[in-house]
Amino acid sequence: MNSQPFWRRYARFFGPDPAADVKDELRFHLEAKRDDLIAQGLSPEAARKEAERQFGDVRAVQNLGQKLGEKMEQHKRLQEYWAECLWDVRYTLRKLARDPGFAAVSILILGLAIGANVAVFSVVNTLLLRPLPFPKSQELVWIAPPPSSCGFSCATYSSDAYDEFRAESRVYQDLTGYFAFSTADNLRLTGRGVPEPATGISVIGNFFEVLGVRPAMGRLFTTDEARGKQPAALLANAYWRREFAADPGIVGKAIELNGTPVTVVGVLPDTFDFGGVFSPGAKVDLFSPLDLDQARDWGNIVTLIGRLKPGVTVAQALDDANRVAPDIYFNTKYPQTRGRYQGDLIPGQLKDYVTGKLRHSLIALWCAVGAILLIAGVNLSNLLLARATARAKEFAMRSALGASRSRIVRQLVLETLLLSGGGAVLGLGLAVLLIEWLSHQGSVALPLLGSLRIDAQAVAWTTLIAMGTGILFGLLPGLRMASGNLQEVLKDSGQGAGLGRKHERVRAALVITEVALACVLLVSAGLLLRSFVKVLDVDLGFQPDRAASIKIEYNDTAPSNEASQLKRGEIFRQIINRVSSLPGVEAAGISDYLPLGPNREWDTPVPQGKTFNPGELPDPLVYVVTPGFVRAMGIRLHGRDFTWADGPHSESVVMINASAARFYWPGEDAVDKILMRGSEADRVVGVVDDVHEESLEGATGAQIYYPATQQGPSGAQLVMRSEIEPAALGPSVLQALRELNPDQPAAEFRPIQSIVDRASSPRRFFMLLVGSFAGLGLLLAALGIYGVISYTVTRQKQEIGVRMALGATTSRVQRGVLLGTLRLAICGIALGTVGSVLTARLIAALLFNTSPWDAASYAGMVIALVAVALMSGYLPARRASHINPMVALRSD
Amino acid sequence: MDRDKLEFFRGTLDVLILKALVWGPLHGYAITSFIRNWSDDVLLLEEGTLYPALWRLESKGLLEAEWGLSENNRRAKFYELTAEGRRQLRQDTKNWQAYAEAVAKILGATQPLLPEDAA
Repeated sequence: MNSQPFWRRYARFFGPDPAADVKDELRFHLEAKRDDLIAQGLSPEAARKEAERQFGDVRAVQNLGQKLGEKMEQHKRLQEYWAECLWDVRYTLRKLARDPGFAAVSILILGLAIGANVAVFSVVNTLLLRPLPFPKSQELVWIAPPPSSCGFSCATYSSDAYDEFRAESRVYQDLTGYFAFSTADNLRLTGRGVPEPATGISVIGNFFEVLGVRPAMGRLFTTDEARGKQPAALLANAYWRREFAADPGIVGKAIELNGTPVTVVGVLPDTFDFGGVFSPGAKVDLFSPLDLDQARDWGNIVTLIGRLKPGVTVAQALDDANRVAPDIYFNTKYPQTRGRYQGDLIPGQLKDYVTGKLRHSLIALWCAVGAILLIAGVNLSNLLLARATARAKEFAMRSALGASRSRIVRQLVLETLLLSGGGAVLGLGLAVLLIEWLSHQGSVALPLLGSLRIDAQAVAWTTLIAMGTGILFGLLPGLRMASGNLQEVLKDSGQGAGLGRKHERVRAALVITEVALACVLLVSAGLLLRSFVKVLDVDLGFQPDRAASIKIEYNDTAPSNEASQLKRGEIFRQIINRVSSLPGVEAAGISDYLPLGPNREWDTPVPQGKTFNPGELPDPLVYVVTPGFVRAMGIRLHGRDFTWADGPHSESVVMINASAARFYWPGEDAVDKILMRGSEADRVVGVVDDVHEESLEGATGAQIYYPATQQGPSGAQLVMRSEIEPAALGPSVLQALRELNPDQPAAEFRPIQSIVDRASSPRRFFMLLVGSFAGLGLLLAALGIYGVISYTVTRQKQEIGVRMALGATTSRVQRGVLLGTLRLAICGIALGTVGSVLTARLIAALLFNTSPWDAASYAGMVIALVAVALMSGYLPARRASHINPMVALRSD
Repeated sequence: MDRDKLEFFRGTLDVLILKALVWGPLHGYAITSFIRNWSDDVLLLEEGTLYPALWRLESKGLLEAEWGLSENNRRAKFYELTAEGRRQLRQDTKNWQAYAEAVAKILGATQPLLPEDAA
C-alpha cells in the first residue's frame, strides 16, 4: 500500500477551502456539458439550461459536497495530529532507549512515589472515604457517651436500658447490639477429638438484620432462638472454611460448643468481618444470640447500634435520645437507677466510631506520601533539566529546521508522560504487593484492614497522579527549553554559557525544595519515632517480658454458689500448684481478665464512713484473680496478696490500685480500710500499681481485684512468669493442664508481650510507614543533590582544570565542591525547618508525651541531612579533584 | 426518480464509477460520458448524483483525487483508483455478475419447479 495516507494528497490538491473546491468542480462539469451541447448545435443559453436540467439540483449537491469536505478536513486534522504524536512517541522511545540509565532511574523514582501514594490512597479510601461495608451504612449510628477513661464499661448498657431505649426512641428503624465483654477463645469446639478453642460473640437477635447482613447460606436467628430457647449459631465465613472445610451441608447440623450441642443455622458472607469493624485485630469465629433476659442483672453488657429512619440526622437522634434518657432505668428492679444514663446516650455515626480516631494519622500519612510525590516530581524535573541542557542543541537544531515551539514542548511533556506512565505501572505493581501484605496484617489493630484492595478508584488515582506529575514536572523543563534563545544555543560551545547558568540556578532551587521536603518528612518521622519510644517506655504497671498466658477451662458447676466457689478454688489451686512446680516457672496465677483488653465494672464501692456526691465516685474496673496472679504479672504490691485461705467463709477481701486508693483515702494508707458495696463490706488487703487497662496511652482509672474464691470470675486466664523464654514452656504447661482436665482445649499460649505489642501496633504501623517514607524522601533528596553537584562539576571541568593548573590543591578543589553541596543542603534545611515547625503543629495530635519542637528530632534531621548531603557531594568532589588539568583544558 | 429506483441505482453507480476509472484518471464529466456511451444511453444518469458518490468513494479511500487540466485546458478534478478501489471493483463485478445471472435465470424460468426437483 501507499505509505502516504490518501488525505495528504487530498489535502495538497483539495486545499484548505473545501467549499470553493466543490464549486469549482461542479462548475467545470456544467461548463463542459454546455460546451458539448453547443457543439451539438444548441444556442448557448439553451445549452446552459439543458446542462443544469440534466445535472439536477446543483445547490443540493453543492451543500452536500461542502459538508462532506468539512468532515474530511476534520478527520484529516485529527489523523495528522495523531500521526505526529505517534511519531513523537516513537522518537521519544528511541531517545529513552539510547539513555536507559536515565529512563530506569526516572521510572524507579516515580514508581516508588506513585506506589506509596496508591497504597496510602487505598488505605485512606477504605478507612475514611468509602462507606462501611453495610447497606445504607450512613444510617447506622453507634450510641455511647463521649470517650472517657473507663472505656467499654461506660460505652455499654444494661438489658433493661436496651429494651427501654428501643421502646421509647422514635428515630430508629431498629436498635441492636452485642455483648461487649467476650474474650478471645472463649469457647471450645468439642465432640471432634481434641477440643479446639473458638471465639464467639453473643449478639442481640436482630443484629444482622439491623446491619443489613444477609447470610451466605442458611438463615439468621429466629425469634425463639433470639430469646435463647433453642441454641443456635451463625458461623463466620473464614471459620466455616477453616474448621469445617467449607462443608456445604453445614446448615442444620449440630456442633458441640463447650459440650453443648448447638445448631448451625447459617454461614455469614465473606464480606462481613466483625473484627474488622468493631474489634480491630481480633477474629471472631461464630455468633450466637444474646439472651437479654438471662443478662438482666449483669449490669452494662451490650453496646448500642442503631439504624436511623431514612432522613433522620444524627442531631435529631441526639435530641430524641436526650428526651428519652431521663426515663431509662439501669435496672427496672431498682427505681433509683432511673435516669442514670442521662448524658450517656449519644448517637454518632458508626463510621466515626470505627475509623474516626485514625483520621489524623491517615491524613498525616497522606500528606507524607504527597511530599514523597513532590520530591520525586522535583527530582524528575531535575533529571529532565540536566538532560535538556545536554539536548539544548538538538532542540535548537530542530526548531531551526522548522519545528514549532509547541511541538518541542509537546515532545518533552510526552517524554515525561511516558516516564510517569512507566512509573505508574511500576508503582501500581508495588502498591498491589504492599496492599496485599497490609491486608494480611491481622495482628495490626486497625479496622477494615481485611477489606483493603486495589480497586478501580485506586487505578484511577494512579493515572491521575501519574499524568499530573508528568505534565506539571515535565512542563517546567519544557518551557525553559522553549524559551531559550535559539542563536545563543547554537553558538554556545556548551560551557559556561548563559543558558547553562540559568539552568543551574533553577536546578539548585529544585534541590533546595527537595531537601526542605525531606526535612519536613524526617522531622515528622522523628517526632513519631520519639512518641513510639515514649509509648514503649510507659510504665505499664506490670512486667510483660517473660510472662505468658493461656486460657484454661474448668467446670465449677455445683448445687450452690458456695459449693461452686469451693470447687473452683480447689481446681484453681491444683492448677497453680501443678504449673508452679514445672521447671522454669517462677510464679503462676489466674485472672479472668488480662490488661489492655476490654474492661468491665460491677459496682460503685464506697469507702466506709465517707459520703460522696452522686456521680463523683469512680466505677472501678474489675479483675477476679487467684493468689499469685499479681506476682505472675509482675505487678508491684503494697500490703498482702490474696491467699487460698480467703474463701467463702472468711472475710471478704479486695485489692485496689493506687489510683483508687488515692481517690478513696487521699494521703492515707488504704490497706485495712473497708469498702462498702451496698451492705457488703470488703477489706482492702493490698494496693497495687495502676495497670494500663485499655490502651498504652490512655490514663488509668480505678481498678479493683476480687479473689476468685469469693466472687465469680468469667473465664480464666492462667498467667505464668518464667525464668526461660515463655514459649518454651507451652507444651509442658498444656500437658499439665490436660492431666488435670482432659477437656482443656489446645489454646494458644500467648506471651504477655504480644498483648502489649498489639496495643501499640497502630502506632508502630504508622511510625513504620512514615519512617519509611522519610527514608525514601532522604534517598530521593540525596539523588537530587548528587545530580546537581555532579552536573556542576562536569560543567566546570575546564574552570577546575585551569585552577589546578594555576596551583590549586586537590583538597582545595574537593573542599570547594563540598562547600557548594553544603550550601544547598543548609538552604534546604533552613527552609525545611520552618516547614517542619508548621507541620509539627498539625501532627501534634498524633504525638505522645513529645513536644512538636522536640530538639532531638530536629537535631537528628539536621545530622541526617548534612551527612547525606556530604555523601552525595563526596563522589563528584572526588571526581573534580582527579581532573587532569591538561586533559580538561584540551577537551572541548 | 422514485425512491426504490434511486437506492438500486446508487449501489450500481459506485461500481460503474470504479469501472470507468480502470484505464486511468478521469474527471467527473468524463465519467458520466463513459457511463452514457457504454450503456447506449439506456441508463439515464442524473448527473448531480454522481458527485456525492465520487466524494463518498474518495473518503472511503477507494479513489484519490487530484486537480489537473482537462483536454480543453480547464482546471478539473481527476479521480484515480487506489489499490483498495481496484480490489473493491473486482469484488463488486463478481457480485454483480452473480446477481444478474441469478435474476436472469429466474426470469427465464419456464415451469414452477426445477426439472430435477419435480422428478
